[in-house]
Amino acid sequence: MRADLKLIEPWIKSGSQVMDLGCGDGTLLAHLQKCKQVRGYGLEIDEKQITRCIEKGVSVIEHDLDSKGLKRFADQQFDTVIMTQALQAVRRPDVMLEEMLRLGKQGIVTFPNFGYWRCRHYLLWKGKMPMSKSLPHRWYNTPNIHLCTFKDFEELCAQKKIKILNRTVVDAQFTQSRFAKMWPNLFAEFAVYRIAR
Amino acid sequence: MSNQRNATNHSPEQYDALNHSVGIVTPQVQHFDQPLALVSGKTLKQYDLVYETYGELNAQRTNAVLICHALSGDHHAAGFHSEDENKPGWWDSCIGPGKPIDTNHFFVVCLNNLGGCNGSTGPNKVNPDTGELYGPDFPIITVKDWVASQVRLADVLNIPVWAAVVGGSLGGMQALAWSLYYPDRLKHAVVIASTPKLTAQNIAFNEISRKAITSDPDFHQGHYYRFNTLPSKGLMLARMIGHITYLSDASMGEKFGRERKTEAFNYGYDVEFEVESYLNYQGERFSKMFDANTYLLMTRVLDYFDPASDFGGSLEKAFEQATCGYFVVSFSTDWRFSPERSEQLVEAMVKAGRPVTYAEVDAPYGHDAFLIPTERYMAIFSAYMQRIVREIEA
Repeated sequence: MRADLKLIEPWIKSGSQVMDLGCGDGTLLAHLQKCKQVRGYGLEIDEKQITRCIEKGVSVIEHDLDSKGLKRFADQQFDTVIMTQALQAVRRPDVMLEEMLRLGKQGIVTFPNFGYWRCRHYLLWKGKMPMSKSLPHRWYNTPNIHLCTFKDFEELCAQKKIKILNRTVVDAQFTQSRFAKMWPNLFAEFAVYRIAR
Repeated sequence: MSNQRNATNHSPEQYDALNHSVGIVTPQVQHFDQPLALVSGKTLKQYDLVYETYGELNAQRTNAVLICHALSGDHHAAGFHSEDENKPGWWDSCIGPGKPIDTNHFFVVCLNNLGGCNGSTGPNKVNPDTGELYGPDFPIITVKDWVASQVRLADVLNIPVWAAVVGGSLGGMQALAWSLYYPDRLKHAVVIASTPKLTAQNIAFNEISRKAITSDPDFHQGHYYRFNTLPSKGLMLARMIGHITYLSDASMGEKFGRERKTEAFNYGYDVEFEVESYLNYQGERFSKMFDANTYLLMTRVLDYFDPASDFGGSLEKAFEQATCGYFVVSFSTDWRFSPERSEQLVEAMVKAGRPVTYAEVDAPYGHDAFLIPTERYMAIFSAYMQRIVREIEA
């Protein structure tokens, strides 16, 4: 299983209702359906990924988060709303966070940390927008239009009065290193946040 | 709806080899003596349903799929009736060995609905009370009535639960109705290019079609059979109007553009453009093979469909009755039942907590796209049906 998904699993209650925003090929939902008997939906826009979801038996709904938002979905219908590695790609991450917590009792968000030392190093020494394995695009064609650091994210949560229930920070291999734990905004490449109102 | 997409010059044998056909099929007739009480308050004392089957029913009777036809469809969904038939059934693109509704795995049933004109009891059949053809006296049927009659056919065929009920357009409405009124009799509903109800614009188009038929001097209040004539001009016009709503501006543009019949204009009112010629041809051909009273009835069946009204006006409440999984598909250029209509269904299904898979297929063919085997459509349709196969075989 994908390492980031393993970090999410403990926060999902058995038999709960889950919505996965940008569910990709449905790996996480298929896993949670099997191991936690969740009732889940995935929203996805990529045609090939949607076909893979169907093959996996995941309830996938073709849906463009940017153009359609989440207004079609009811308040507090889900126990958990998940968004893995997609928050930085939506047009309004702030609105998305609010909508996630309107739909769900808790939210789980993962995103790449732009404050990671390699990003800082790249910008400082090359003077160009950082590129890496996890951020492989050029500045002009990247889908990641709203990159942020952990600090930025946490500031936004504070401003929106969103509670951060848990934060797991990890390195590029999604393992929890000592350095990353001590200075996350510098040494962690990704974080998994559990948030609520 | 325009069921001629599979037109081919191949012989049935060649076609079988090329297209994984179910081959030669023979329609069957089932007579029902038990009266059917209709939503309108009227009763059909007895009736026949004509149907076809493809594939084999398994020993557990768990692999049956019901195909529901749309406005001008019938029981002949796949294969050929004879060696001489040069066109296969109307949904041959999707039903057969190796196709989305794979007859290597599924036992497929398709019937001609009540009120139809291709064998089942309808306006062009004899009314046992009068000894004459029903004509306009055939009672108004609703989607709910159709499904009630289909339940009886399922009982006769000894199919306790359908693995899936599948339909496009008006057929999708029947699949929806099955899931709401007989929730324990299906595992999946496949609802393609359909809608929770008609819009004012949809009803308006239907009304023009009806007016075209009823204002034909040969209509005789629907008793044209008595006068040994047909309101073919009116039916032709109705079909021409309908046909435009099944296509898209883009597909018509691509197919005809402003192509002319002759190089130079004739500066008159005869056919000048290819699109006129096509519509005239389609309308005329249809008017010879379809019954005008059935056409009127089908448009009304569409108009009346609004299952939410049975559940306090709430689609969400309606879907709370359901227990099946849903597969909903719309097509980007379908302006008759647009993606927005399908999304309304999906929204209510999610609110009701029903499992639903939804895709909007980008296809240029308008509403007719549900009959055309485009690549992505076939891929997701197959993927969903294969998932049902795995559930059956698990």
